[in-house]
Amino acid sequence: MRPLLDGLRRMGRYPSALVGLAIIFALVGTAVFTVVTIPYGQALELWRGGDVWRMHPVNARPAWVDRIAGSNLPRTIVVSSDDAVIEEEPFVGGNRLRIPLEFDFDYDGFPSELNLFLTSSHTEREPFVRLTWETPDGRELNLGGRRPAREERVSISQDWELERRLGRVPHVGLFAAEPEGDGPPEVIGGRYRLVVDAITFEADARVDADLVVYGRVHGLAGTDHQRRDLMVALLWGIPVALAFGLLAAVGTTVTTLVIAAAGVWYGGWVDAVIQRLTEVNIILPMLPILVMVGTLYSTSIWVMLGVVIALGIFSAGIKMYRAMLLPIRESPYIEAAKAYGAGNARIILRYMIPRILPVLIPTFVTLIPTFVFLEASLALLGLGDPVLPTWGKVMNDAQTQSALYHGFYYWVLSPAALLMLTGLGFAMLGFALDRIFNPRLRTM
Amino acid sequence: MSAPARDIRRSAAGPVLSARDLHTWFELRQWGFLRVGSVRAVDGVNFELQAGEAVAFVGESGCGKSSLARTLLGLHQPTRGEVIFEGRSLGTLDARERKTYLARVGFVQQDPYGALPPFMDVRRILHEPLIVHGVRNRAEREKRAREALEEVRLSPPDDFLSKFPHMLSGGQQQRVVIARALILRPAMIIADEPVSMLDASVRVEILQLLRSIQTNHGLTLAFITHDLSTVRHFAERIFVMYAGRIVEQAPVNELLNHPQHPYTQALLGAISDPDPDNALQMREVPPGEPPSLLKPPAGCRFHPRCNRMIPGTCDQEDPPEFEPRNGHHTACWLYR
Ligand SMILES: Nc1ncnc2c1ncn2[C@@H]1O[C@H](COP(=O)(O)OP(=O)(O)OP(=O)(O)O)[C@@H](O)[C@H]1O
Ligand code: SF4
Ligand SMILES: [Mg+2]
Repeated sequence: MRPLLDGLRRMGRYPSALVGLAIIFALVGTAVFTVVTIPYGQALELWRGGDVWRMHPVNARPAWVDRIAGSNLPRTIVVSSDDAVIEEEPFVGGNRLRIPLEFDFDYDGFPSELNLFLTSSHTEREPFVRLTWETPDGRELNLGGRRPAREERVSISQDWELERRLGRVPHVGLFAAEPEGDGPPEVIGGRYRLVVDAITFEADARVDADLVVYGRVHGLAGTDHQRRDLMVALLWGIPVALAFGLLAAVGTTVTTLVIAAAGVWYGGWVDAVIQRLTEVNIILPMLPILVMVGTLYSTSIWVMLGVVIALGIFSAGIKMYRAMLLPIRESPYIEAAKAYGAGNARIILRYMIPRILPVLIPTFVTLIPTFVFLEASLALLGLGDPVLPTWGKVMNDAQTQSALYHGFYYWVLSPAALLMLTGLGFAMLGFALDRIFNPRLRTM
Repeated sequence: MSAPARDIRRSAAGPVLSARDLHTWFELRQWGFLRVGSVRAVDGVNFELQAGEAVAFVGESGCGKSSLARTLLGLHQPTRGEVIFEGRSLGTLDARERKTYLARVGFVQQDPYGALPPFMDVRRILHEPLIVHGVRNRAEREKRAREALEEVRLSPPDDFLSKFPHMLSGGQQQRVVIARALILRPAMIIADEPVSMLDASVRVEILQLLRSIQTNHGLTLAFITHDLSTVRHFAERIFVMYAGRIVEQAPVNELLNHPQHPYTQALLGAISDPDPDNALQMREVPPGEPPSLLKPPAGCRFHPRCNRMIPGTCDQEDPPEFEPRNGHHTACWLYR
């Protein structure tokens, strides 16, 4: 194994190897961090979507996009009754509550949505709730009254009555100055207040309220059409991509190598069968087969991995390995091993394969990202794993939601950038290793 | 199972190794299946080796010396005839006995660098045969590796155990090859031109080493050489091979002083040069083309090149073995 160690030591002299290694280490480190902080089960739970994300905006762009664009679009503001100064006025058989939900709004744009989540602890009689909106310029708008269930979502944005009254969608109308003419609405900055006046009809029933003013910017990765934070998928995409790429590369390389070596060693019909199988397999189109398996059987990433490895066993690599192993089979040290009684398996695994291992390492390293891309391509074709958050699935969502048409470039670019970064890291390392282990290339 | 202990006395009664009517032919095929003939690399060889003796096989390039060595080691299946080791024919051994046989016969090859796996260090190289033969105990293997290195004068062993072949000189590499051949404590060593690829300066050293190991342990040593000039010091008997056959055999001084076969005489003529430099590169073959092993000449295989050919006999009938002098055998019609 000495040539291997020597080679690895020489990597220090190749900046591209170091850059590649740095990228790979960063990816691996982030992958480990991700798996630890967002455990597998939780990641699947999050990515399934639904109520967990109710306080997240739809299709919000990442903060850095806002920064680059030089704009100051609204972030999401959550105002909870837990932090409000509640006025309480009990009466016989009930309670009168006044919950002022106050927040400062100082952005260049309108929020994307406005929702109020009401929780009531009544047992039989619903409370009565009346909502009043107060703008910084001193206007008051009555948003109407209602009798909330124990969990009530008041979609202020979708209050058509209110929309008709304001002449605009509520989350714009409520934040805009009085319309003057036909000009575009203008945001008014300052302190807003939603006063929740509740009357409960049970002595100890309580009403809690959460006002969510949805922003247009969210976190480092933004959100998708299901309010999911894309960060979950971008982060979890790393371990999935690395694991898939590595397992597929190991699986195909090891099996291919052993089979090629066995063919060379036994020769005769064994070799002939392996050669013919390889020739047939080379002309089998990988992608259509994967699409068929995905459509007809399962799109589980493990099934895909299995098929990729199975199709990769008798790959073109066998021909290359065979050409390298043929002269080794005749070398005197193999003859010596036979002369002291080494068995076939030992000769193949311990004497033939280690001989070409250094040559294979660069190929192996550059093979990893091709499998990462393959997985992403499958997901993009709609054959991504049904439950796992992956880069390919993010891009697939983006595609089905016409992200580029709507200008949500980040939705496509972030996963694509991570894919490219992965490819770049492994390619830079692989090419440097190739120069180290296959010195004949150095002059080329 | 550990390697059988060296016990040459047991077999001292009969020959250790003998070849009977041994043939090794390589089939030549066209397009992978059409037989177009056979290369008769070994074509009817008979000899007996006594325990503890050193013998040399000489002959020009391509006469089948290496093929004979490989056949003796069981690396080639004989086409006809048999190899008998300690009274048992190799063809009748089962897998386990065959493995034991391989432990009893060490092999030293021509190209020491090629004979060592470049990705293993000396320690691993010496442990390998022991692992193959079931020596599980690492400390035991290490002990034997050190002994073997001491035996081939690579000492202290610690200086060499963790070296890789490319870090050693040719002579040191060949010593490692010899150590590996010794590590299973064989009864016999077969060495195929053990020094021909080494620097002239270390050749004699390596031959002396082989010789001293052979005499110290009472091993049987069969070595193949091109170099008739040094044979005198390192072997008791010489076998002269020509075109897949042994044409002359005799004790070393007898053969060198009284060569009988015209081929041997021609070989020796080539080294009677008093200049030691020329003597060392004895490869001046007798005049004429080496014979085709695909279609050997009829009668005596040497007759197209022989200056004493007897027309009507030599070119038609195969000469049997004659004994013109005591203990000196040769296959030539001159001694009828
Ligand atoms: N595996 C093989 N298949 C086919 N032909 C072979 C094989 N091994 C050897 N031969 C042929 O057998 C003949 C004898 O070869 P061998 O290597 O035994 O000669 P040699 O006496 O050792 O020669 P040298 O002194 O050059 O080593 C040669 O013609 C060679 O081409
Ligand atoms: S048998 Fe005849 S041809 Fe052959 S070596 Fe003797 S004399 Fe020469
Ligand atoms: Mg040879």
